[in-house]
Amino acid sequence: MKQNDSMTAPDSDLLSLYGETFSSRFLLGTALYHSPQIMCDSIKAASAEIITVGLRRQSPKNKSGEYFWQLIRDTGCRLLPNTAGCKSVKEAVTTAEMSRELFETDWLKLEVIGDDYNLQPDPFLLVEAAEQLIKKGFKVLPYCTDDLMFCQKLLDVGCEVLMPWGAPIGTGIGLMNPYNLKTLRERLPNTPLIIDAGIGAPSQACEAMELGLDAVLLNTAVAKSPQPEVMALAFAQAITAGRFAYRAGLIEKRQTALPSTPVVGQPFWHN
Amino acid sequence: MLTLSMNGEAVVLTRSINLSTLLEQQAYQMKKIAVAINGEFVPRSRYNDTMINDGDQVDVIQAVGGG
Repeated sequence: MKQNDSMTAPDSDLLSLYGETFSSRFLLGTALYHSPQIMCDSIKAASAEIITVGLRRQSPKNKSGEYFWQLIRDTGCRLLPNTAGCKSVKEAVTTAEMSRELFETDWLKLEVIGDDYNLQPDPFLLVEAAEQLIKKGFKVLPYCTDDLMFCQKLLDVGCEVLMPWGAPIGTGIGLMNPYNLKTLRERLPNTPLIIDAGIGAPSQACEAMELGLDAVLLNTAVAKSPQPEVMALAFAQAITAGRFAYRAGLIEKRQTALPSTPVVGQPFWHN
Repeated sequence: MLTLSMNGEAVVLTRSINLSTLLEQQAYQMKKIAVAINGEFVPRSRYNDTMINDGDQVDVIQAVGGG
């Protein structure tokens, strides 16, 4: 079982993002949970090492922000603040600067939304915002679509990681366009690709990993499950399975059957 | 008298004050927030020398769950 041992060794297949390495390929969001405790239990069940967080206006009378801050610090996870809801470059840059001070990190999940209906990223504004933020020292992980040229533009302005969607945020549809994702993998072989948004089932996360994406980021599918902790574990195992399958190598699909049992020596058949 | 918008709600001040004093008056904990005025980020190091002007829009944000 030498080969199997090498694939399961924790330090043999690390995820590398902006010079940091992670043993988990499952990034988890921190929104929509029924309670803070369920969120923490889900993060633990997921074995997540990176969690996304947000920023919102809050009244000083509402102490939940302080409580939430303490909880996420106690997880020990790397924090990945987002710019969710931003629709302009200025909004995204200001939100990023606020998040850097508050969360004490220059890592950023950059979102610049172009359409309210499907929350699709605006490619032009996203590239512009990414360029400005990288010049300000941010480590930008852009939430983008699966368009190759859009992704290439993000790399051109200095992004070292890409986070293409599987489907619109919160839909649970899964991978709308496996062809595009496979193309991204083939054309950008050295760029970490994290599937972000639209994943609803562990099988979909596994499919993304089988295509060769490097990690999965999701939130709703775990948080809104009736049993989030169990679903987090299911996703973690599916992501690991998909990664193993990609590394092992899938067979080519065929249009016709091919017997797996040897035909030669078949008794009672054609003499 | 000057009036400002703080997280979308009107706040009336009897005299001009700096951002640090405003946040204290509103009972915010400095280390748990970040601030923008009129859409521009204001670093914590500049709270003391940033004066509030009539009509300013002040956004004070805190950490929340995010996806």
